[in-house]
Formats: sequence, C-alpha cells, structure tokens
Amino acid sequence: MTDSLCGNLTWDSIMLVKAWKDPNVNNLITAGAAAMIPVGALMVPLLLLWTGWWRPLFRDWLASVDHKKIGVLYIALAVVMLFRGVVEGTLMRLHHATALHGGVLSPDHFNQLFTTHGTTMIFFVAMPLITGLMNVVIPLQLGARDVAYPRLNQIGFWLTASGGFLITISLLIGQFATGGWSAYPAYTGSIFSPGVGVDYWLLSVGLSGIGSTLSGVNFAVTLYKLRAPGMTFMRMPLFLWTSLCVSILLVLIMPPLTVACITLGLDRYLGFHFYTNDLGGNLMNFINLFWMFGHPEVYILALPAYGVMSEVASTFSAKRLYGYPSIVVATMCIAVLSFLVWLHHFFTMGQSALVNAVFGIATLIIAIPTGMKVYDWLATLWRGRIRFTTPMIYLCGFLVLFVIGGLTGIILANPTIDFQVHNSLFLVAHFHNVIIPGVVFGMLAGLHYWFPKVFGFRLLESWGRTTAWLWIVGFSVTFFPLYVAGLMGMRRRAVDYADPAIQPYMIVAAIGSLILCLAFLALLGTILRSILLRKQLAVPLGDPWDARTLEWATPCPPPEYNFAVLPEVTARDAFWEAKENGTAYAPVEKYEDIHLPPPTYYGLWIGAFASVLGFAVVWHIGWLSLLGLLGSIAVPIAYALLPYREIILPAAEVQKQDEAWRCAARETDGVTRDEEAHATNRGLAKPDELEIEFAAAER
Amino acid sequence: MNSPPKLHPGLNLGPAHGDDHEAAENSIFGFWVFMMSDLVTFGMFFALYATALHATAGGPGPKDLFDLSSVAWQTGFLLVSSLTSGLALLHVKTHHHRSGAAIGPMLFWLLATVALGGLFLWREIGDFQAMAAQGALPTRSNWLSSLWALVGLHGLHVSIGMLWALVIALGVLLRGVDQRWKLTLLRWGVFWHFLDIVWIAIFSFVYLGGLR
Repeated sequence: MTDSLCGNLTWDSIMLVKAWKDPNVNNLITAGAAAMIPVGALMVPLLLLWTGWWRPLFRDWLASVDHKKIGVLYIALAVVMLFRGVVEGTLMRLHHATALHGGVLSPDHFNQLFTTHGTTMIFFVAMPLITGLMNVVIPLQLGARDVAYPRLNQIGFWLTASGGFLITISLLIGQFATGGWSAYPAYTGSIFSPGVGVDYWLLSVGLSGIGSTLSGVNFAVTLYKLRAPGMTFMRMPLFLWTSLCVSILLVLIMPPLTVACITLGLDRYLGFHFYTNDLGGNLMNFINLFWMFGHPEVYILALPAYGVMSEVASTFSAKRLYGYPSIVVATMCIAVLSFLVWLHHFFTMGQSALVNAVFGIATLIIAIPTGMKVYDWLATLWRGRIRFTTPMIYLCGFLVLFVIGGLTGIILANPTIDFQVHNSLFLVAHFHNVIIPGVVFGMLAGLHYWFPKVFGFRLLESWGRTTAWLWIVGFSVTFFPLYVAGLMGMRRRAVDYADPAIQPYMIVAAIGSLILCLAFLALLGTILRSILLRKQLAVPLGDPWDARTLEWATPCPPPEYNFAVLPEVTARDAFWEAKENGTAYAPVEKYEDIHLPPPTYYGLWIGAFASVLGFAVVWHIGWLSLLGLLGSIAVPIAYALLPYREIILPAAEVQKQDEAWRCAARETDGVTRDEEAHATNRGLAKPDELEIEFAAAER
Repeated sequence: MNSPPKLHPGLNLGPAHGDDHEAAENSIFGFWVFMMSDLVTFGMFFALYATALHATAGGPGPKDLFDLSSVAWQTGFLLVSSLTSGLALLHVKTHHHRSGAAIGPMLFWLLATVALGGLFLWREIGDFQAMAAQGALPTRSNWLSSLWALVGLHGLHVSIGMLWALVIALGVLLRGVDQRWKLTLLRWGVFWHFLDIVWIAIFSFVYLGGLR
C-alpha cells in the first residue's frame, strides 16, 4: 500500500481533486478554502518579484535576528492564522444556526472544523501573539540590546512557522484531525483515526511546542541576566513580571506536551501501547499529560495580557500602577497555582470525590489573586488623567467581560456543578469568555499601544476604536447565548441538536460571529489605512503616549541596537522619572562600539527541514523523512563549524544617530494629552495642567 | 614580571575575566535552564513508567528480562565516561588560558568519552536485541512500551552527546580552543553529566527496582 516514492500520498489526497470527483457541499467548502493555498503560493512570489520586495524581505526580515523584527514575524503569522480561525468559528456558528435535526455540514467536516479551530487559535494565534509581543517588548523594557540568544530566537520562530505550515497544508493535502484540540486517545489512536489527520496534529503541535520551549528558555535568561544596570526585580515593569512567569511556565510545561505528542506518535506509528485500549494501555496518562501542559498554558496566554493591561492602565491614566507589589505577588501566585489545578479539566473521569474536591478548591483559590489584580487596575484608573484611546476601550471591555468569564469559571470549578455542565456549550462559552476578552483584547490593546514603537507611526484612533467596539459587541452577541444553550443541555462538539428551543440562541450567536468577522476585517482595515496615512501618524521622537517605561526612551522605530547607551535605572517607572528630572533627552557623554549579531538564514533552514520532516512523516514517505531529519541535524553542525563574526558598529556612527534624535527631541515642543490623537503628536510628550494637578494630588 | 595565571573554579576563558565571563554566565545559565526543561521530559517518562509497572498484560516482566551484569557494565562505562569528560575540561582549564597549548590531550579525553559512550550503547542495544528475541517488544504491553521509550530516550541523548563531542573535536581542530568552543565544551560537559544522573535514576528505579 505504501509507495516507496510518495508514501501514502495519492492524487485523491489533494482536496481539489477530491472535490472535483465528488462535488458535495462539504467538499466544495473545503476545496474553496484549500484553493487559497496554491493561489496564495503563486500570487505571493509573483507579487514579491513584481514589486522587488523579495530582496528586502529576505535580507532585512527573514535573515534578521533583531528581536523586534522576529516579534513582528510572529505577530504576522498569528494574524494570518487568525483569519483561518475566525472563518472556521463563523462557519461553525452559521452551521449551528441551521442545525436543528441536521444542517449543512457533515459530522466529519464539523469535527475537523472544531479541531482545527481550537488547535489554530491556541497554538498558532494566541501563542505567536504572546511570543511576538514578548519578543518586541522584553528587551526594550528591560533596557537591553536584544534577547539573550538572538539566533535561537529565530529558530524558535521558524519551528512555530513550520507547525503553522503543516496545519495549513492539511487543508489542501489530506485532512486534519477530528479529535478536538486536546486529541484524546483512544479515539486518536490508529484504530479509530487511521488517516493522516491526527499525524498532522501531532507534528504541527509538536514542532511549535519545541519552538515555544526554546522561546521560554531564551526569555527566562534574558529576564534574569540582561536587565539594565539598576533594574532590580521590583523595578521591572509589570509586563516583564508576567513575561518572567510565562517563561518559567514555558520551560516547565512544554515538556509534558512534547512527551504526550511523542508517546501518542509512538502508539500510532510503531504500535506502542501507551494509550491503547488493550495490552495495559492507559488513556488517563495522556489526558493527565495533556492538561499538565494545558492548564498552565491558559495562564501562559492570560498573564501577558494582564501585563499589557497593567501598562495600558497606568500609561493612559498618567498614574503609576496602583498596588504594584500586590500585582507582582498575585502574578507569581497564579503561576504557581496554575500547576495545581489541571485535573479540573476532567472532574468526571473517575477520580474520587476527595481528589476532585482538592483540585476544585485549588481552582477556586486562583480567583483570589486574579480578583486582586482587577481591583488594582480599577484603582489605577481612579482619579487618573484618563484618555479613552483604543487600548483603554479594550481595557474596559476586558474589565467587564473578563470578570464575567472568571465568574463562570468559579461556577465550573465546583465539581458537583461541573458534573452537570461539563462538555456542554456552557463550557465553550466560559473559555471563550476568558480567552477573547482576556487574551485577545489584551493582545490587541498591546498591538495598538506598541505599534508606533515598532513601526514609527500610530494606528488610526478612529478605526481602532470602531474595531475595539466590534470585538466587544461581536464577542458578547456570539458567546452569551452559548451559556444559555449550554444550560439548556446542548452538547459541545455536537454537529446538530434536537431541541427547537435552542435554535433562536444559535441564530443570535451566528449573527454575533458575523460581527466578529467584521471586527477582524476592521482590524486589517485599521492597519492598512494607518499604513497609507503613516506620514501624518509618524511619531519619530519615540514617546507618543507620555509613557513611563524604558521602551519609550528610544526613537520610534528604535535602532537595531535599541539603546545607544544602556540606561541606568533608579526607579520603577524609569523613563517617567527621567522626564520629571529633565534628563530624558540629555546629551550623552561617552559612546562605545556596539556589537551586533550578524544576520543569518539559520532559522529559515531549520524551519524548512523541519517542515519537510513533518510533512514526510505525516505521509509515511521514508526517504523524505530521512532527508528532513538529516537536514535538521546538519544545519546546526554546519553553523557551529562556520566562522561567526559579530558586526561592530563604531561609536562615532552610534553617536551620530543618537545625537540627531536627542537634539530633535530637545528642540521640539511636545504635545499635551488632549492632542495625543492628533497629527501634531510627533512622539514628544508635554504634561498638561490636569496631568500635573493629578500627579500632585497623587503625591 | 608576569604573575602566574589565576585559576578559577570554572574554565579559564581568557587572560582576563571581564566580558568573557559575562558571556559565559548567560550561555551556561541558559543551558542549565534548558536542562531543567529536559529533566521534566525525563520526569514525565519516569511517571509513565511508574504507572505502567503492573501493566505487563500477561507478557514478560522485569524479572524475565533484566540482565543486571550487562546493566552494571553499562553503568560502569557511563560513570567512567563522566570522569573522562571531566578530564577533557580539566585539561582545557589548566592548559588553555594562553593560546598555543597542545590540544592533543584534550582531544584524547574527548574521544575517550565518545568511545565509552559507544561501549555503553553497544551493551544497551545488545540488551534490547536480547529482549526482542524473547518477544519483549514495545508492542507487547504498556510496561514494555514505557520501558523502551524511557531507556531509549536516554540512549538517544547519549547518541546526541557523542555526536556533539565529535563536532566539538572537529571544531577545535579547525578553529583551535577559542572562547566559543570553550563555552560549547562547558555546555556539553553539563549535558554529559546530566545523562549520567538520569542513568543513575534509571539504574536505581528501573533495573534495581524491577528486580527487587
């Protein structure tokens, strides 16, 4: 059966061929989506050739080891994958609107949809968003020139991208898994899921998981070792604290996922018996491993959003963060507690009541530090010089909606209630209610907040605010009805339902999902419109929001080395303090040569071979797997043996660039907070009367 | 007058201990963090093994399969290889604070470590072959799956460590013992000792525990 040249791959594996031979609704929908891949694969290179952008793309971006550019690549990957995730979510909601006793989609197609939707959204949207944002922000806030291992950073990105490649190509060639994003065996074992779907899941999740482990190591070392002089732990901006917790979590919890992938893979490929029904296999082991990763993962996603919200709350109220030490302690508590609650994902799977009670109580306890943070953010806003910019609208949406999501989580944490509502749409509504207002709003707020730092121009406020409201309204209309439907007994992952009373809620949710589509389009519109107007929106002097932390003490965009001279930190809000003392743009006495890591295609090679390896293993193509494996081993060896020369930027050059910026900042008259969203904002802040008055009152 | 070079607990990375040591700190610390992650990976495989102790599904169990004399040889090879890996590092520490020192002895200890690792693998693969001959393949039971995966993962790590040592040997021949290769050597040393520690756990819990 298995061909030596093509493995299990045949013409019929290609979705377009399948739809040609058997044109039913399900095949046509998939083929329509799949057709975008070859069209894209053809159009993008043509566009690059035609515009001549391929050269800067490769030279300045794909070869770059600059943390800011790698961060942008992560976020770009996330936005592309978000497109797929949003479309799939909408498709499921539209389907359910008509799914009383049936509906448009076949069960198998629907199963693929919720599996890819979940896997894409968690591993290829949320994870790249947080990794991307952490990449951009950590070294800048830390007062460092780059992350600890710039090249490893690049490799991490390309491993994530190769996972994204596999889940994308599964749309065109073969099909994806149908076992949900958590892929429980024995259903995902080779007996019940013989095709390539689960293999795609294993390889894409496994590869991106290794990438995340490497990112975790990298960020942890950066945060421990590369803090600017004087940047003690208790002076770190809150986003860095959350990043530190996330890094620790990544280092410790990605291995269980990797082990789960490897062992399930051994079961499927080599006939091992880790999770089979026979010969002693133990399914619960997989479920435990998966959630030992899966629960802390929730906090990996949520904590950076808390960090962003802390920065946003304090910047756009022109106040220092209220209760900083308490938020730090709360963050650490959440990180530790996140290891102790994984079992609440399967209260119903046969543990004793005592075990369930212990994990239920541990889960309830997490609400305490989280609630503490919410009060701290509210107190930060209290009597501040508040501006309702786009990030603040996300913050308000977050404060209201995320708290509701948290409260439904408390309901679910009670095992006796969980027995009633587990695996219902109530649960689906709950975790969307924490992930969208929590993670997505946080990341979008961060995108708006830091966009000018990376690209040198602000995003349009008018479009941004509309987008934010669309997300808030779209979310509410889509997911609140699901709570009700869940309580009425509608099962999660069910392709249809029999109770006509549920249908009105499904129709409302479908309308909401269309609003969410609109929100996604509005997000793209915001970015495109702002690019067109970038001259008016430029903030080259670096500080458009009168912000408080070190990343704003650089021009927008910052030079590759971030800081011409590494800053000396003497207070928590270091840049704010410098502005108050009038030293923010003061001339620098002495410049030194700066060593920069050279550009390299290391990561791209690794990603290419990893993608080949993944694809070949999925299709059982022996020779190609071997090629991918040998390539993945040979690339690091080759780069280890090649000479490595740092680029040295002479002090005179650094001085020229830096002094130009400092002079411009000293000679420009800044804008007050009232003019923040106007074209006059060139990135230099001037306190206005209200701000001074409030600051005095705060003291 | 030249003062005698100061010797430090780690490797002497250069004549002075400024930037070199800072770079070393980031590099080695990061590798320890990575090892921590790897340790969790092994921990998970140990946990899977522990839950599989009675899941032999009527197939062969530890008492039917384990050959303690072979495992003792493997342990011996691996422990001695840790010593030789340490000697390679010691040679760099005592001789390579100035350029121009002979790299022969260091290469010798490095290759001796690789050879001992090879002997270890040879005996281990022999054990696996003997088990396979008795029908004790990982496809037989959950316990055998866990055993092959856990011990096999360790064997894979040993192979990676050997390949790494060979790359270091090649790199040193091509470029001399410069700071970059010293740091690589330090990381490799951490990795190789780590393998030993994991093996001691496997020896104690899997083999000695299994024959109890």
